Amino acid sequence: MTAPLLYALVGAMLCGIGLFGLLRLSHLLRKLLAFNIMGSGVFLVMVGLPQHQGGQDPVPQALVLTGIVVAIAATALAIVLIRRYYHLSGMTSLEGETTSREGGPE
Amino acid sequence: MTEWLLDGLLVVALLVTAAAALLSRDLFRAVVVFIAFGLLMAVAWVRLQAPDIALAEAAIGAGLTGVLLLDAVSHLGSVSPRAQEKGGGGQ
Amino acid sequence: MIWTLRTLFIAVVCLAFTGVLAASIWTIADKPSPVNLPQLLSENLDRSGVEHPVTAVLLNFRSYDTLLEIGVLVIAGIAGISMAKTATLEDPELRTSDSLLYALQRWFVPLMLVLAGYLLWAGSDRPGGAFQAGAVLAATGVLMRLGGIPMEFLRPGRLLRLGLALGFTVFLLVAVASAIGGEAFLAYPPGITKTLIVIIESVLTLSIAMVLLALFVSAPVNDAEDSEEGSSS
Repeated sequence: MTAPLLYALVGAMLCGIGLFGLLRLSHLLRKLLAFNIMGSGVFLVMVGLPQHQGGQDPVPQALVLTGIVVAIAATALAIVLIRRYYHLSGMTSLEGETTSREGGPE
Repeated sequence: MTEWLLDGLLVVALLVTAAAALLSRDLFRAVVVFIAFGLLMAVAWVRLQAPDIALAEAAIGAGLTGVLLLDAVSHLGSVSPRAQEKGGGGQ
Repeated sequence: MIWTLRTLFIAVVCLAFTGVLAASIWTIADKPSPVNLPQLLSENLDRSGVEHPVTAVLLNFRSYDTLLEIGVLVIAGIAGISMAKTATLEDPELRTSDSLLYALQRWFVPLMLVLAGYLLWAGSDRPGGAFQAGAVLAATGVLMRLGGIPMEFLRPGRLLRLGLALGFTVFLLVAVASAIGGEAFLAYPPGITKTLIVIIESVLTLSIAMVLLALFVSAPVNDAEDSEEGSSS
């Protein structure tokens, strides 16, 4: 058990938490938060796992750097879409999903 | 020993903030906790010997994402709990 | 009742997912890797033209990824702009007229611009580079936008399109030029590698900042005439 491996395992847990949020929460912004947390978990696994044995590894670090920038672009685009959707429909959650208070957990 | 303590605390804080960001009842609070999660991620990258990612995460995860999300919350989730109780369930 | 059941089901599925993921991480963690990437990288680092390994990977050894990434960013930017109402982009009105924010800006905007420039330059031999510099530049733009400084280049038109496409175009031109010159696609000609990387990084910084800023600005604002019932605050 080394520190990178610990972070990789935590990355797996973050993936689980994010997946739960993505499936369970109905408010679109909350879904977006969950999606981002899931992404962070994937990044942690990607960097932590190779560094378990070999120490600092720049190759996955560079790939994750690319991934972070793509993730923020995706998030920004998603926010534009969500706001457009809210403008057109007046709703903050997708059709067919029962909205609890603010789309949050009961 | 101290390092393990630091790693352990950081890991627990990461998991707690992630869960709190999703389970928080107030959308505004959820976004603020998510920004804190981004900052903790930056510290985690430093612990993983990845200063490049830490820099990017601090600028993006905490700065840009925070502004984008807060801006969106102020437009979408503008129904306050009080108004919602009056309106009986809101949107 | 059905909601509780559904939540329980989702929780079980997610727990199972996490368990499988963690177990597979645990299993493959101790297997020796067939290639030693860090060693390979440090052996070839002096051929890359820069001294910082992460920058070397991003802009030389795996530059194909970076090229595709900036392509994705440009597409996202275009999608965001086309989603916006033209009025939002052209609106020269100040969004916030906060005097405190304005005073803060006078100190922060120049400082952040210098920081972005430093990060870009530092990328060749220590942590830093186009992505971080682009993010800081975009944050500067967001701050200026919130403080109400008019930015002409964000209006839909030639300047915006040029800024969005500049990074991708220059990157692609360099790639194709080296392919025509007899080298492999995206292999920089030896000798001017560092110059090319610096040029590409600079335009990448500009484009990344433009894309992120355009996406921020193009988010539709609740206007007075078509406000929904939920825009009370």
